[in-house]
Amino acid sequence: MSIDSAGLKRMFDAIAVAIEADKDRLCQLDGVIGDADHGIAMALGFNAVRDALAPLDLAATEPTALLNTAAKSFLNAVGASSGPLYATAFMRAAAAVKGKTTLADGDVVALFQAMAQGIRDRGKAEIGEKTMIDAWQPAADAAGASNAAGKTLAESLRAALAAAEHGAEATKDMIAVKGRSSRLGERSLGHIDPGAASAVTVISAMRDSFA
Amino acid sequence: MQTKKIINDGNRAVDEMLEGVLAAHPRHLRSADGSPRSIIARDGPRPGKVGLVIGGGSGHEPTFLGFVGKGLADAAAIGNVFASPPPDPIVECAKAVSGGAGVLFMYGNYAGDVMNFDMAAEMAAMDDIEVRTVLTTDDVASAPRDQRQKRRGVAGNFFIFKAAGAACDQMLSLDEVERIARKANDRTFTMGVALSPCSLPQTRRPNFEIGGDEMEIGMGIHGEPGIARGTLMTADEITDEMLDKILAEMAPKRGDKVAVLVNSLGSTPLMELYIMNRRVKQRLDAIGVSIHATWVGNYCTSLEMAGASVTLFHLDEELQAMLDHPCDCAMFRAG
Repeated sequence: MSIDSAGLKRMFDAIAVAIEADKDRLCQLDGVIGDADHGIAMALGFNAVRDALAPLDLAATEPTALLNTAAKSFLNAVGASSGPLYATAFMRAAAAVKGKTTLADGDVVALFQAMAQGIRDRGKAEIGEKTMIDAWQPAADAAGASNAAGKTLAESLRAALAAAEHGAEATKDMIAVKGRSSRLGERSLGHIDPGAASAVTVISAMRDSFA
Repeated sequence: MQTKKIINDGNRAVDEMLEGVLAAHPRHLRSADGSPRSIIARDGPRPGKVGLVIGGGSGHEPTFLGFVGKGLADAAAIGNVFASPPPDPIVECAKAVSGGAGVLFMYGNYAGDVMNFDMAAEMAAMDDIEVRTVLTTDDVASAPRDQRQKRRGVAGNFFIFKAAGAACDQMLSLDEVERIARKANDRTFTMGVALSPCSLPQTRRPNFEIGGDEMEIGMGIHGEPGIARGTLMTADEITDEMLDKILAEMAPKRGDKVAVLVNSLGSTPLMELYIMNRRVKQRLDAIGVSIHATWVGNYCTSLEMAGASVTLFHLDEELQAMLDHPCDCAMFRAG
């Protein structure tokens, strides 16, 4: 299948709906080990993206421009930690598909991997530090491996989602070393990282939108 | 059940607050053109002076915007409740207060603030504004002593910003302002205690649970869990527990001077703060440390959280001069 700017807009709309529906759960998860606002920030960000993309003339907007618009609107609506992290993800995604008007399966996987790398670079987080990277990195790796094995985009994103879910679940057994919850030390054990939980929601909506 | 708040719309709370702030303090404050979340001092920024930009999430008033004014901060970038501002309003603050001598960013050490302010610093550099950053890390409870750089910035911001703002107002160089700001941070120590939670305007749900007879020592100003939870103690016992930790690190000698801040996290009344301050005075008298100045009240709040913090600012001659330097802000005056 090939994805154009209209397809990417549908993806962002789907993420906005999914995050809005998940907002309260994410705030509650954050309340346990953080400051209870993660769901609010994520919903604010993706609603701002939806509003910024709505007036675009999609036929005249290349994927790179659309993704940069998403980055800027997310960043300026949110601030917080998730603002720079997801804004960087979308900017890297924009760079990864520069010059293309439609995206083949491999391009979408490259876009997905660029998002994970952007989050990792901006947050300077590594696997095992109880952050959203514990969902994003295995998801990107799984999507890449699946694509390299000749699987379809839907199959690659299904693999990515399974890896993200597994990674998010694994954050329960981690001690936070990055972000606000890192001050808790061992008291962060037993609780899922809200950033990893919301990554699963985002990736799940992306999978559904390209299925 | 939702908590009770006097608001119109949780999502509009910050912007409506700012409208009210500007209406109340037109002599002191304005917002930058086209950037309502950039609050600028009417008097203060001038050619040749280092610009001081502070900022962070809302919900801590009078921190940060209350400390914008002549002799203290030149601007504050305002985020959503408990969330760092994005880079744009920070950059607009830097542009509005840059006097050609550089700009200092000062804010509490939180991952989100660091990312957004660092992005803003890169953007300001593209406009040929030299930006340096000093993070505040005064919360003794938030990391062990050997990891001071990991600690949060909390109510001690008050003293640290004050010292840096005075240095800027005295037209010192960016190097000197940065040195004084770092020294002030190194010599500021805060401990907090929380008794009941706050709730965000958008959710109106308590942001943590705590038993009716419990307190939590070391809780952060966003409800981040602290170091120990226990049954509520007396004011003297709580104050002693805080001062034991602070004094162990500060290690003052007989004859040393400190400034004291006893701060409410929001709903704890002055009566209780003054009871705590009485104990602070007793303890400092007992070890021969003299109190140069004391502030008691709401200086760094956490919405309507019940609880308090005690900050000691370990003075030397230079820091005392900075503290005594006059300032005139919308919500704070000195000298």
